[in-house]
Amino acid sequence: MDVESIENSSQLLTFFLDEELFAIDISKIREIIEFTKITTIPRTPAFMRGVINLRGSVVPVVDLREKFNMPIGENSVNTCIIILEIAIEDGITIMGIIADSVQEVIKLEGDQVDNPPKLGTRLPSDFLVGVGKHGANIIMILNVDKILSAEELSTTMQEDAA
Amino acid sequence: MAIEIDTSAFTEEAHELLSELEDSLLELETNPTDQELIGRVFRAMHTIKGSGAMFGFDDVSKFTHEVETIFDMARNGTLPVTKALIDLTLAARDHIRALLNVAAGIGVADEAEAKRIINALKDLEAKESEEETKQSPPRWQRAEKTDLDITANKDNIEPQLFRIRFKPTLDIFANGTNPLLLLGEVRELGETNIIAHNDNLPSLAEINPEQCYTSWEIFLTTIEGENAIEDIFIFVTDDCDVNIRLLDRENSVAAEPQKLGDILVQRGDVSKDTVENAVKPLGDRLVEAGAVSSTHVKAALEEQKAVKEKLEQKKRKESSNTVRVPAEKLDNLVDLVGELVTVQARLNQISLSGGNHDIQVLAEEVERLTGELRDNTMSIRMLAIGSTFNKFKRLVRDLAKDLGKQIELTTEGAETELDKNILEQLNDPLVHIIRNSVDHGIESPEERIAIGKPPMGNIHLAAIHSGANVLIRIKDDGAGLNPDLIRQKAIENGTISMDSELSDKEAFQLIFGAGFSMAKQVTKVSGRGVGMDVVQRSIENLRGSIDVASTIGKGSTITLKLPLTLAIIEGLLIKVGDESYILPLAAVEECVELLAEDKKNTHGRHVINVRGEVVPYIRLRDRFLVEGKPPDVEQVIISQVNESRVGFVADDVIGQHQTVIKSLGKNFQLSEEFSGATILGDGSVALIIDLAKMVRLVELEEN
Amino acid sequence: MSKKIMTVDDSSSVRQMVFLTLKGAGYEVVQGVDGEDALTKLKASQVDMVITDLNMPNMDGITLIAKLRELPQYKFIPIIMLTTESQGNRKIEGKKAGATGWIVKPFKPPQLLNVIKKVLG
Repeated sequence: MDVESIENSSQLLTFFLDEELFAIDISKIREIIEFTKITTIPRTPAFMRGVINLRGSVVPVVDLREKFNMPIGENSVNTCIIILEIAIEDGITIMGIIADSVQEVIKLEGDQVDNPPKLGTRLPSDFLVGVGKHGANIIMILNVDKILSAEELSTTMQEDAA
Repeated sequence: MAIEIDTSAFTEEAHELLSELEDSLLELETNPTDQELIGRVFRAMHTIKGSGAMFGFDDVSKFTHEVETIFDMARNGTLPVTKALIDLTLAARDHIRALLNVAAGIGVADEAEAKRIINALKDLEAKESEEETKQSPPRWQRAEKTDLDITANKDNIEPQLFRIRFKPTLDIFANGTNPLLLLGEVRELGETNIIAHNDNLPSLAEINPEQCYTSWEIFLTTIEGENAIEDIFIFVTDDCDVNIRLLDRENSVAAEPQKLGDILVQRGDVSKDTVENAVKPLGDRLVEAGAVSSTHVKAALEEQKAVKEKLEQKKRKESSNTVRVPAEKLDNLVDLVGELVTVQARLNQISLSGGNHDIQVLAEEVERLTGELRDNTMSIRMLAIGSTFNKFKRLVRDLAKDLGKQIELTTEGAETELDKNILEQLNDPLVHIIRNSVDHGIESPEERIAIGKPPMGNIHLAAIHSGANVLIRIKDDGAGLNPDLIRQKAIENGTISMDSELSDKEAFQLIFGAGFSMAKQVTKVSGRGVGMDVVQRSIENLRGSIDVASTIGKGSTITLKLPLTLAIIEGLLIKVGDESYILPLAAVEECVELLAEDKKNTHGRHVINVRGEVVPYIRLRDRFLVEGKPPDVEQVIISQVNESRVGFVADDVIGQHQTVIKSLGKNFQLSEEFSGATILGDGSVALIIDLAKMVRLVELEEN
Repeated sequence: MSKKIMTVDDSSSVRQMVFLTLKGAGYEVVQGVDGEDALTKLKASQVDMVITDLNMPNMDGITLIAKLRELPQYKFIPIIMLTTESQGNRKIEGKKAGATGWIVKPFKPPQLLNVIKKVLG
C-alpha cells in the first residue's frame, strides 16, 4: 500500500492512542468490539497483550501504545479493540489492536495525504503509509501489514523476551 | 441452451483410478503373471475410457482406448507382461493425467509423447506376434490362469447365515468335552444367536448331573465357510447330533422370509397337519396344543427374525453407497462440533451451579449427544494411511532407478487411520525421510554385495496404533548413521564444542539442526541443505514427535509419533495465578502434592521424590513470571515427556477438560511453548502447554 | 493360576516339543514317559488336562485313558490322544475309552494350541 492506493480508496477509520490521532484504511478492518478479558501469554513482549475469544476463535491482541512507547492510561468506557485482517505471508490473519477510543470514518483526497516524513514522527517511517491532514488535525495513517508483520512480531519478541 | 454437466465427478474418479492403476502396475512389476492384477489394470483403463467419453473427455478416451487395446492382449495372454510394457503403461498413465489437467486448464497436451507411447506399444505388439509364429507352445501364463482365478474370488465372500443344531449325547461329559467351549468357538466365527433347548430335562429327582440334557440351536452369520463350523465340532460329530445348514442360499434370501409354520414343518419340529389345524397366533396355539415346545417356537421365530434381518441388511447394502463430500464441508462440520463442545461445557457449568434438576438432566443428555456427535464427526475425517503409502512406491522406484540402486518398499498397517488433515501434512516429511533413506541409507548394489548384504535394499514403512497416537516407522537396511561423523560435522559447523560428550542418541538428534547435511556431495535427490530440521518442524506442528535409531552397517529407523486427530484432545485443566492452562492428558501420569517441607528438603532444587524416584519439575509460576504468593500446597503434575518423567507445578488442578484446539493465530508463531488455545465454559481462553517444547526450552536455558 | 497339563509320550523329542509349546503358551507342564509312569504321577497330583501318545511301552495310551476315566478326579477332564494313523481303529478305540479328541502326528505348535484351547477353554 502506498500513497497512490490511498488516493483510490481513502476511507479511513480514525482513533486515539493516548492523545494522538491515528488512522487505518477501513478495508483492513473487520469489526470493532468492546474491550473484553484478555488472556495473557507468558513470556511474550509487553505489546503482545494476549488472546481473546472472538465468537469461538482465538484472536491475538496487540497494544500499539506499548509498541510505540506511548503512555498507557486506565481503560475507559471508550476503550475498544479494533479487529484487523492482516496479510501475513500468504494468508490473512485476524488480529486485534487496542484503541483508547474510536473517532470516525473519514475520506481524504490525494492532496490531503503526504508521504511519511523521514524524521519527527518518532516512528519508523515504514510503519506509516502517509500523514493526513484533516481540518486542524494531523493524522498518522498506519501501515498495519508492516507493523503486525511476522518479522516485526517475532524479532521484537525475541529481544523483549530474552 | 446446452446442458451443463458437472465433470468434477469424472475427474475425481479418474484421478483415483489413475493412482489405482499406478499401484497395480507397480505390483505387477513384481508379479507379472498375476491375472488378477492384469485384470485390475485393464478395468481401470476401461472405466476411464468409458466414462471419459460419456463426460466429453474425448482426448482422454481416445488415447486410453489405444493403450487399453494393447493391454487387452496382455489380459488374453497373447502379450507377455514385460518391464517395457509396464514402463510404457506407466508413461501412458502419466499422459492420461496430463490430459486431465489440460481439460482442467493446466498445461498443454504433449502430442509427441502420446504418439511415442502408442507407437512403442504397437512395436511391442508387432514384435510379439512375430515371435508368436516362431514358437507355438502355449505360454506359461496361460497354464497358471485358472489357479489364480480361484484365489481371486476369495476376498469377496459375503457373510452367510447358518443354522447349527447341536444335540450332544447324554454322556458327552464323560469324554471330557465341555459343550460350552464349542459354543464359544462358534461365537468367535461371527454374530450368533444361541437358543438352548431344555425340553429333555428330567425332574430334579431323576436328574443325573453327570449327563448333558441340553441341546442348542445356533444362528450364525459368518464369512467363514461351512468347513470352519464343521472343524469346531470335529471331536464330537461321531457321537453327537450336529446339523449345519446354510439358511440364506441365494434363492431363499431373495424371497420373503418364510412363514413360521413352514419353518417348523421344514425343520421337522411339527407335522404339516398340526400347523394347518392350528389357528392364529400360530406359535401359541402350537404350544398350547402340546404339539411343540415353547423353545422350539422361540427358535423358529429366531430363525425367521435372523433371515429377515439378513434380508434387510442386504437391501441396505444395495441402496446405501459411499457419499462424496468436499473436504471443506467436513472441516466446517468439525469446527461447528468444536463450538458445540464448547457451548456444551458452558451449559454443564451453568446447570451444575443453578441447581435446577430438569436443566441438569437436559445438560447431561446434551453432553451425551455432543460426545457421540463429536466421535462420529471425527471418525468421518479419519482416512487409512494406505493411499499415502502407495504413492511412495512410485517415488522409491523412480529414485532408485535414477541412482542405480535396487530398492524394494514394503509396507505394513496400511489400514491404520489418521485424521485427514494430519495425513495431508504428513506427505512432505515422509517424502523427505524416504528420500534420505534412498539416497544416503541404502548402498549401491555393488557395495551391498561387497559387505555381504543382498543387492536389493529394503525400506519398510509401518503404521501402528498406540493409544491416542499413531506411530509411523520408516526403516531401512542401509548403511546407518555414523554418530562419530555426525559429531565431527557438528563440531566443524560449530553446533557443538570440541569437548562436548554426546551419547549416540544425542548425536542423532543433531541431524535435526537447521541446515545440517550429512551428504558428502549434493545429489539430484537430496543434500541441498533443506534438511531434517524442516521435517522436525512439520512433525511438531502436527503435535507429534520424531525419534531416530540407527546402527552402523545395519540401517536406520525413524519413528514418527503422531496424534490421531488435531481438532480435539483430552486435556487437564490447571490454574496458575489468575490464568487457566491445559495440559494434554495423554502425557499425564499422576498428580502429587508439593508441600512446603518438600521444597525445604531439596534446598531449592527443583526435584521431587515420587515414591523413591527423583523427578525434576518446572514451576509454572516461575516459568510464566507470575507474581504474588503461591498457595501453601502446590500440585505437581507428573508427566511423560520424551520418555522421561517431568513434573509441572501448578497452583491447582481443576480436572479433565474436553479441549477443542484453536490455533494461536495462523501464519506466525506467538509463543513456542503453547501449542494452541481453547475456550473454556465461561467463555475465557486457556492456553495449551506444549510440554515437550517447554522442557526443551528450559533445558536450553539452564545449560 | 495357570492350568496344568500332563504330556505322556515315550519319545523324548515329542515330549520336548509339547513341553516347550505349552510352556511358551503359559501352561504348567508335567511329563510322563509311559502310561504307567503317567498314572502314578497323575494319582499323586491333579492336572487339568492330559495329552497322551497311544503306542507306549508298559501301559499304552488307550489303557491309560480308560484307567483315568475310572478315577473320580479325572472323570471329566479333557484328554487328547496323539495318533499317527489319522483314521485308524485306534481313534475309535480311544474315543470309546473316553478320549475327548485327537491330534494327528506330525503336528505344528499352533495346531496343538488350537486343540488345547478348544477343549480346555
